Amino acid sequence: MAGIEVTALHKRYPDGTVAVDHVDLSIGHGELFVMLGPSGCGKTTTLRAIAGLERQTTGDIRIGDTLVNDLPPAERDIAMVFQFYALYPHLKTRDNLAFPLRAEGLPKPEVRKRVDEAARLMRLGPLLDRRPRQLSGGEQQRVALARALVRRPRAFLMDEPLTNLDAELRADMRTEIKHLQGELGATMVYVTHDQVEAMSLGHRIAILNKGRVEQIGTPLEVYDRPASLFCAAFIGSPPMNLIEVEVADGKLHGQGGLVLTPPPGLPRDRRLVAGVRPEALEVTAPGAEGSIPARVVSVEWLGDEIIYVVDHSGQRDVRVRMPPTVRFAADAKVGLRHTGGTPTVYDVSTEELVA
Amino acid sequence: MAVSVDEAVSTGSARDHTPPARRLGGRGRSVLEVALLTVLAVVMLFPVLWMIETSIKENRDVYAIPAKFFDFTITLDHYKDVFVAPDGGRSALSVSFLNSVVVAGVSTVLATVLGVPAAWAYSRFAVKAKKDQLFFILSTRFMPPVVVVIPIFLMYRQVGLIDNKLGLILIYAAFNVPFTIWMMKGFVDEVPAEYEDAAMLDGYTRLQAFRRFTLPLLVPGIAATAVFALIFSWNEFVFATFLTSSDSVRTAPPAIAGLIGGTTTDWGLVAASSVVFALPVLVFAYLVRKHLIAGVTLGAVRR
Repeated sequence: MAGIEVTALHKRYPDGTVAVDHVDLSIGHGELFVMLGPSGCGKTTTLRAIAGLERQTTGDIRIGDTLVNDLPPAERDIAMVFQFYALYPHLKTRDNLAFPLRAEGLPKPEVRKRVDEAARLMRLGPLLDRRPRQLSGGEQQRVALARALVRRPRAFLMDEPLTNLDAELRADMRTEIKHLQGELGATMVYVTHDQVEAMSLGHRIAILNKGRVEQIGTPLEVYDRPASLFCAAFIGSPPMNLIEVEVADGKLHGQGGLVLTPPPGLPRDRRLVAGVRPEALEVTAPGAEGSIPARVVSVEWLGDEIIYVVDHSGQRDVRVRMPPTVRFAADAKVGLRHTGGTPTVYDVSTEELVA
Repeated sequence: MAVSVDEAVSTGSARDHTPPARRLGGRGRSVLEVALLTVLAVVMLFPVLWMIETSIKENRDVYAIPAKFFDFTITLDHYKDVFVAPDGGRSALSVSFLNSVVVAGVSTVLATVLGVPAAWAYSRFAVKAKKDQLFFILSTRFMPPVVVVIPIFLMYRQVGLIDNKLGLILIYAAFNVPFTIWMMKGFVDEVPAEYEDAAMLDGYTRLQAFRRFTLPLLVPGIAATAVFALIFSWNEFVFATFLTSSDSVRTAPPAIAGLIGGTTTDWGLVAASSVVFALPVLVFAYLVRKHLIAGVTLGAVRR
């Protein structure tokens, strides 16, 4: 296993599209590193550049101590798992697993040993003599993972491996991948557009947007202190409420009378937006202490919680997460107040975190 | 009264849900269908049938008035004339059939060999102005042959390709390559690029990955495309007429057309050579029909 260093990566296609603008990543040895972002943000291109399937326009990629810029994919000693599994359709599971080893020219007994080992690890025993067509989506993805394992590569690259599975299976496979990664101590770069996957799997998450890294941090860091307005809007479901605020009398004042505790070190002369998580707000009876008058627009009953969408005189569609015991009907007149700690504050013009 | 209103509503809606076919009466409709289809089949197939009949009639039966439909003597003399010259050697027609086989076959192979990798490249790589390039390639098919044949004749005269099989092969291949690229690009798009990516990670070069993993999956598409290209080259008449003149180079379509005219026309020979001319494509299409159907319907369903 080895770490991966990506320095000043830039990828421009012949037709002029810039897929990756500027990306620096430093992925540790044995780390499960997730690249998260909307489609077209450059996460897959970055991964394919690490794999050697795309040649970057400029920038360096190091795997371990080796500069791999000019190495073909096969010589980078990495394995990749694809969204569409990419199992060779004419080969049985056993031969699909053995294929990369035979391509390497390993002796037969060694090939058999490694295939059996990977099959045991991914519980593929009964599937070894079937062809991909005869396997379900989940089984195909387990075979694809096993095919990556047999190589004993220096790093695993995963390109949205769970996107094509249904929800239940996806949760199972998520657990399986996390477990496997921990057991092998493998360096793994995992690309996804699914924030739940990113939060539950990643040791660290890189959020990409328009070919740039917006933030790198642990799942908690990314959730608690999104580094930009983009991250604030992208992470969390429902997303953060972004409330325009002004600083006065040592407080943050939103429109409509909402008052928030300011973080220290705020600049005075700029337009600011506060990011407030739905769980940092509270819907109360109208006129409760510290609340401002508001109206419930819609109610989403999720069983374990209720998401209220409320309007108040200053802002529309504020989302509030409440326990299922607190019930208000749609259109009810209610109070809204801030109960969480200090919010994150962003500069409207730079869209970056200021405090 | 309320009950009768309900009934009226329910019968009304039931009638609305009845498919129109039922209303016409299933049996009457199918009889009409069969009758119409029969008429259509007779109209379509009669010339073919007449051609086959003429090819096996003796000459006096061919010209008999009223025409003989069933009551005639069967002879294979016309077929013999197609292949054997009166002096016992090879006939001019048989040479032209051989030319057709060579020209159509080689031009189809050429178009496929050039077109399939091109389609793969257009499907897989980011190419500058890809859409414009593809449109330009297609635009070469916009001109009917009869419009471009004069300039091509003049160019061919400069380079000595007039009355030359190579000339025909090149022009047919040039006409088939755009078609092959467009049709094959659709097939290549359907094969996930991940197969090649995976193979490249397993140690193959990009071209090896294409040859070993993508190409076998493209076989039905290639078969369908090649049949269409082959049919075009086999049937092509305009270029063949203008660009060739000698019996040793001419392909079958102008050779058969050449039989008609002059003082007398040997209709038996025309019919027999037409049958011989029609057979190979029919047989070939029949042999690859499985691939043809798979090829034509592939891409209709999104994965």
